[in-house]
Formats: sequence, structure tokens, C-alpha cells
Amino acid sequence: MGRPVAIIGSGQTHHGRRFDVTYPELVKEAVDAVFENTGISPNDIEGVVSGTMPSMMEGVALTHFYFAEVLRSVGKPIMKTETCGSTGISLAFTGYYWVASGMADLVLVVGSEKMNEGDSQATMTTVVEPFYQRYFIAGAPGVFSMQCQEWSVKFGIPEDKVRAAATRLSIDHHNDAFDNPYAHIKKRLTPEEVNNARIITYPIRLWDVCPNSDGACAMIFASEEMVKKYGLKPAWVKGVGYSGEEYWFGDSEKAIWQCAIDAAKQAYDMAGITNPRKELDVAEVYNPFTYQEMLYYECFGFCDFGEACDLVLKGVFSREGELPCDPSGGTLCTNPIGATGLNRAAEAALQVTGQAGDHQIPGAKLSLAHAMGGVDQYNGVMILGSEK
Amino acid sequence: MKKDFYTISNVIRLPHKYAAGPSFTRFYNGLEEGKIFGTICPSCKKTFVPARSFCPGCLANLDEWVEVSQEGEVVSWAYTDREFFGMPGKPPVILALIKLDGTDCNFLHLIGGIEMGDRDEVSSAIKRGTRVRAAWNDEKKGHMLDIKYFEPVS
Repeated sequence: MGRPVAIIGSGQTHHGRRFDVTYPELVKEAVDAVFENTGISPNDIEGVVSGTMPSMMEGVALTHFYFAEVLRSVGKPIMKTETCGSTGISLAFTGYYWVASGMADLVLVVGSEKMNEGDSQATMTTVVEPFYQRYFIAGAPGVFSMQCQEWSVKFGIPEDKVRAAATRLSIDHHNDAFDNPYAHIKKRLTPEEVNNARIITYPIRLWDVCPNSDGACAMIFASEEMVKKYGLKPAWVKGVGYSGEEYWFGDSEKAIWQCAIDAAKQAYDMAGITNPRKELDVAEVYNPFTYQEMLYYECFGFCDFGEACDLVLKGVFSREGELPCDPSGGTLCTNPIGATGLNRAAEAALQVTGQAGDHQIPGAKLSLAHAMGGVDQYNGVMILGSEK
Repeated sequence: MKKDFYTISNVIRLPHKYAAGPSFTRFYNGLEEGKIFGTICPSCKKTFVPARSFCPGCLANLDEWVEVSQEGEVVSWAYTDREFFGMPGKPPVILALIKLDGTDCNFLHLIGGIEMGDRDEVSSAIKRGTRVRAAWNDEKKGHMLDIKYFEPVS
């Protein structure tokens, strides 16, 4: 086990269609924001971690060089981390490992994406096995539709109940996004609008799917010594868990989804959590699709398998519920892929430091951040707490 | 924020040749003959299809070949009437994970041979457990798309 590590600040850009800036200028906004929010000098940063979606999305290969100046990385070691949708949480892990190892005391971690400049779903296709499988993937929605059907059929959940629960999540999150100044899609939706929206890949409809967002997120990971030096409110990293799965889609079950279960279990064990629904105050679950969010609730032990729909409909995971999930609106409302997982960690850190503003969960002391990447291939979970 | 700024366009095309190796090549040869081949793990005894050279669980070399059934059950499916990059045909299409009889993993392909115009018709025709069988193109090129799709067994 390494040294204690804390997140002592974050900066997010406004997310959306950002054709008003170049890609490095967008990254600069987030990096400038974290230095402004913390008062830390870029000169004191010892190393920089940068990451995006797969390089084919970026238009420029090796973006960590493209962003060198705005990352303030000139003259410093820089690491690139890239694990598709989970890039952001992998970035947070990389920053954590670097400080926990004792090799640095202050590390800048930056995730970014300009989804609207390239073709995200074509990029997703390039993640898929080229000999046998690539022809049969309708981007990310095709993969997740198959997973969602596998899940709902396995547990015998009636189609109308799954639809009703997904609709509730969609309405709640798009509503929650109004309280997050950085969120992309904010919308008051009616059940009819969600239920009758056009099909993307059945059963997934328009308001069940995240948007293409442009945006960036920057965070500073610090040793205990630096937490004391700067006197900033720390969000301590209490647990990390990360688990991958076989490469081929179809080799393993995705309803009782082992890599999601294992990632959460590792993080809980490290943080000493035995009853996550009771002990966690808030969770930022990666939810690019409403259906998948419920699958995570079950894999993360927030409830039993097959039970998530009922509890969603009872409001257990809504803002005023027992375990509020994605009070920021989550990935469903804002998805700059390379930054998304880091946004989850940033939001989880804001919550346990009491700095989440209008979407603050009162008194939150223990939070969960999560992201998933690839063709259902990886899951990463980080637990943050206000106490070391 | 609303002011329009310049954008520049750039198309990056990078042709790529993927070396198939002996196992994938033998599988492709099977497709040319209208056969679907799998390989069996000597250690865990699982049958993998399409054929592969090593077991994803045991990492054992898979040298035992078997022609697998062209029939199986639908495990999961997704319908879309939108065009996605790299799709082999025009939408609507149904993607599906299919468990071919006697094998131990799911085979990713398309479902067809049914009325595709309406999602509701699709969802009444295709369910988990629906029996399907491979339908082939007349001309075979040693390619995954030699199998046109899997169609329900009536």
C-alpha cells in the first residue's frame, strides 16, 4: 500500500459544442481553472498525466505533445493514459499511483475530448476485433443494447418496467443537470417525450443516450505534506479498484458483469466498505445509457441483482433518496469521453469537500466515482472521503 | 459564443492489412466451403467459435478443430434503423449474440430473413432463446459476410 493521496482541486470547462476554441485552448480552460481554484503555481507541479479517447478520435496523434504548453508540461515528465470511456478514471488512477508511490508530491491530471470534431462512433468501431466482430457493432449503442437486453431478460424484468425505470432516470438526470454549471444537456422532460423518442438501437431511445460533448477536466493529486502546505480541503483517495475482461465481445456474461463487480469489490475492500448503499453518501456512476446505470447499481452491490428497476422507481437513487446517484446529471447529460471519468472523480471530490454548489448532497463524507471503457471491457472505481 | 469561426477539414485514410495467421485463415477457408469451424481447448474443453489459436481462459494452444452446428439460440440482440460506420449493409439491421449449439461462447453476427420494417414486428419475432440458422450468400469469398445472416428456424 502506498502513501495517502488526496485530490485538492479540480477545474472543468463548460461542456457542449465548443467550436469557439481550438482543442489546446479548450484544455487550457480546464488547466487554468484548477490553478485558479487552488492558488497552486504550475511551477510546483512535478508531473503531468494526460488522456483522451482512442487516438483515432483526436485528429492529432499523441495529444499529450499537442497540449504540452497548456498542460504546463514543458520540462516535466508526462504520461499518457488511454482506456476509451474509462480514460478519465484511469487518469485519476495514474495520478494516484504516481503520488502514492512517493515519486511525486504534486501531480496534474487532465482529461479532454472534442467529440464534435471527429466521428466518435466510427472510432468506437475501431476498438472492436477486426477479423470477425467489427462488422456487427452499431457503435457503442449496439453493444450496450445487447448488454441491456441480456440483463433484463436474465432477471425476467418486464419490458414496461425497465422502460419506466429508464425513463425515471432520464428525467431525473436531465433535471439535475440544471444545477451543474458545467453540464451540457439540461432539459425538463416528460415521460411521454422519453418513452416516444426515436430509437437509436432498440430498446435504447434518444433520451437514454449521452450526448457528444466537447470539454476538459483537470485535477491535482497531492501527498499529505502538500495537503498541509496548501491548506486546501482534501478529498482523500480511500480505495481504488480496476478490473478488465476478455477482449472478445461474447466470451463472458455482461448481466452479472464480473469486471464491474470485481472493480467495486477491490475499491470497497481497500476503503473498508461492507454495505455500500448505507455507507456511501453519493455515487457518480458512469451512465452513458440509462439501462446500463441500473446494471451498475446491481454489480456495485447498491442492491440485489434484478432489483434496480424497482428501487429506481421508488426513488432510492434520486437526489433525495437513500444513495443519490449522479446528482451532477452524470455522463448521460455530459460526455466528453476522455474527460468523462475524470469529471466523475471531480464531482465525487467536490461532494466530499462540500463544494458541489447547487447539486451538493448535504453532509456527504464518502463518495464513489466510476467509469467503464472499451467494448464492455474495463471498469474502474474510486472511493473518496473527507477523512483520511 | 454564437459567432461562427473557421473550421478546417482533413480526411485521414490509413489503409491497413491485418495478418490473419494459420487459425483465422483456416476458419476463412471453412467459410468458403459453407462451414463454420471452432477450436476446442484441451484444458477446459470449451469450444470457441469463430476458431481461435489460443484459449482466452487457459491460454492453451487450440489445435483440435471441429465443424460446429450452424444452428443456435439468440442470447441478445439490438435493432437499429440508423446507419453506423462500417455496417455491412443498409439499415435496418439486427445485431445479435448467438450461441451456436455445442459451443461455449457467443457468436456475434446479424439476424435477418424476417420482416424488418417495424421494430415491434422484430421484437415479437426475436427473443432470447429464439432458434436461428445460418443463411449463406451464393458466392463465398472466405469472409465473415459469406454468412448473410442468421434466420429464425421455422
